[in-house]
Amino acid sequence: MFEPEIINMITENFGVSIYMVVVSTLFSYLLGLPLGVILVVTAPGGLKPMPFFNQVLGVIVNLLRSVPFLILLFVIMPFTQFVTGSSFGANATIVPLVVSAAPFVARLIESSFKEIDFGVIEAAQSMGASNWQIITKVMLPESKPSLLVGSAIAATTILGYSAMAGVVGGGGLGDIAIRYGFYRYQNDLMYVCVILLVIITQIIQEAGLRIANKTDKRLH
Amino acid sequence: MNQPIIQIKDLCKSYPSKKGAAVALEHINLDIYPGEIFGIIGMSGAGKSTLVRCINFLEKPTSGTVIFDGQDLSKLSSKELCKARQSMGMIFQQFNLLMQRTALQNICFPMEIAGIKKEEALKRARELLKLVDMENKEDSYPSQLSGGQKQRVAIARALATNPKVLLCDEATSALDPKTTRAILNLLKDISKRLGITVIIITHEMAVIEEVCQKVAIIDNHVIAETGTVAEVFSRPKQDATKRLVYPEDRKLPDFNAARCFRLIFDGTSAMEPVISNMIMDCKTPVNILAADTRVMEGQTFGQMIIQIPEQTSQINLERILVYLDNKHVQAEEVSGCLNLKS
Ligand SMILES: Nc1ncnc2c1ncn2[C@@H]1O[C@H](COP(=O)(O)OP(=O)(O)OP(=O)(O)O)[C@@H](O)[C@H]1O
Ligand SMILES: [Mg+2]
Repeated sequence: MFEPEIINMITENFGVSIYMVVVSTLFSYLLGLPLGVILVVTAPGGLKPMPFFNQVLGVIVNLLRSVPFLILLFVIMPFTQFVTGSSFGANATIVPLVVSAAPFVARLIESSFKEIDFGVIEAAQSMGASNWQIITKVMLPESKPSLLVGSAIAATTILGYSAMAGVVGGGGLGDIAIRYGFYRYQNDLMYVCVILLVIITQIIQEAGLRIANKTDKRLH
Repeated sequence: MNQPIIQIKDLCKSYPSKKGAAVALEHINLDIYPGEIFGIIGMSGAGKSTLVRCINFLEKPTSGTVIFDGQDLSKLSSKELCKARQSMGMIFQQFNLLMQRTALQNICFPMEIAGIKKEEALKRARELLKLVDMENKEDSYPSQLSGGQKQRVAIARALATNPKVLLCDEATSALDPKTTRAILNLLKDISKRLGITVIIITHEMAVIEEVCQKVAIIDNHVIAETGTVAEVFSRPKQDATKRLVYPEDRKLPDFNAARCFRLIFDGTSAMEPVISNMIMDCKTPVNILAADTRVMEGQTFGQMIIQIPEQTSQINLERILVYLDNKHVQAEEVSGCLNLKS
């Protein structure tokens, strides 16, 4: 149905999509995880309440989250150029993806941590645990299943954003879908890309849930 | 006498709220001695949980302080406070076990925090599981354990760092009566065997009677009364104590008969059949109208209302009174409406 070079292009860009998602998710967590921890720890009633700082940080996170991805992508282009030396292609897409997803990840982490029963934290405090020990030995391990589900949500969201970046030649499946399907009316090619994107989303989501359930000791 | 292990000194705690400060505790003073099982009892909202959290400074008192084992907790740095807390185990109503860890790993947790080597921690954790009679459950997760089993693991965990004091906040309130008794006996046994001071917070009289030697009644944010369990419960002085010892729903019916006497038992031997002997000695039958007594440490405390038949001669009546007096049972004539509370 497709020429071999088209098939090649699809496979190649399938790989590019996966690459963008994996790298962006990793970097988003590198930034978002500490950010989420800080949001929880400094919240009123947290381990180290700092209400003013917490509020400022919260506003920044919300601001970043409320800028539509495509606009963010254009706004930070000079920064992207500075970091990656280019303003299009997979690597250049990763920068706005991370900037956009990190605050989202921070909120996911925050909500996972808020599910932890405060009594367990209090018990750790009663044993003389420091705040750092509580974060690393109680909060992170106790919310592991919820964090895993969150990471699947983050990865699929990032996949969606990465497809949007196709508009500016961001690379990956979204890029082909827009370039061939939208601009050149090759609808069949567009459908293939969209279906592949749906499948990847399904797989990530399913895998995330399954792993989370499997590791959750509360269920069995 | 030896030094108290815990001294609560003029401790006040209030929480900031929109309408000024919400008072939770006012001028609390308590001395708790090593090896004691000390009960703190009070109605809901009296401030029990706040008090027990102030003892290990999970809550910082608004004023006043706690001296634990010679150190003034309010003067410690947060690092020193963490260290001091390792000498105070705590158990909770909701157990508060780590859900993603097995029983064994839960017991290792405080030792990880204290920086004890892994093999050593595992060895001690297994010993503790044995102590709480749970050695066959070391690989079970909390979700696979019953409430009583969870509390056993929590007790083992609280004991892991060899604490001098064990704080129990409503530790049995989520358990059925039989499991409650088993857990209380375990606490008693541990206190005796390891010489640990145990502080038990509860709203149930039965818990205090079962295990405590000393008790403090907390009412409306203040300590209403404190002393040995026998003292406080047999001769409640404060209204708050009376309400606890003789709750409204245990009020006895009104009596409108003549020649009724209230007998007050405060420490007669439980082994001696006083009333029965009295009847035989004085050759006078009596009618027991009501009784509310309890046995503590082999002694009977409480009250009883008896009626002496109309036709009893004055001599026999006096005999009865003398007899009771000899047995150190107070008797006073009552008539009309009465109950055991007054
Ligand atoms: N974090 C808090 N903020 C504000 N008020 C509080 C807080 N914790 C407790 N209080 C108040 O302090 C008082 C004592 O509460 P506490 O939890 O110590 O009672 P308690 O005796 O343990 O009651 P219960 O038997 O129901 O557990 C209550 O009036 C409560 O509303
Ligand atoms: Mg309470």
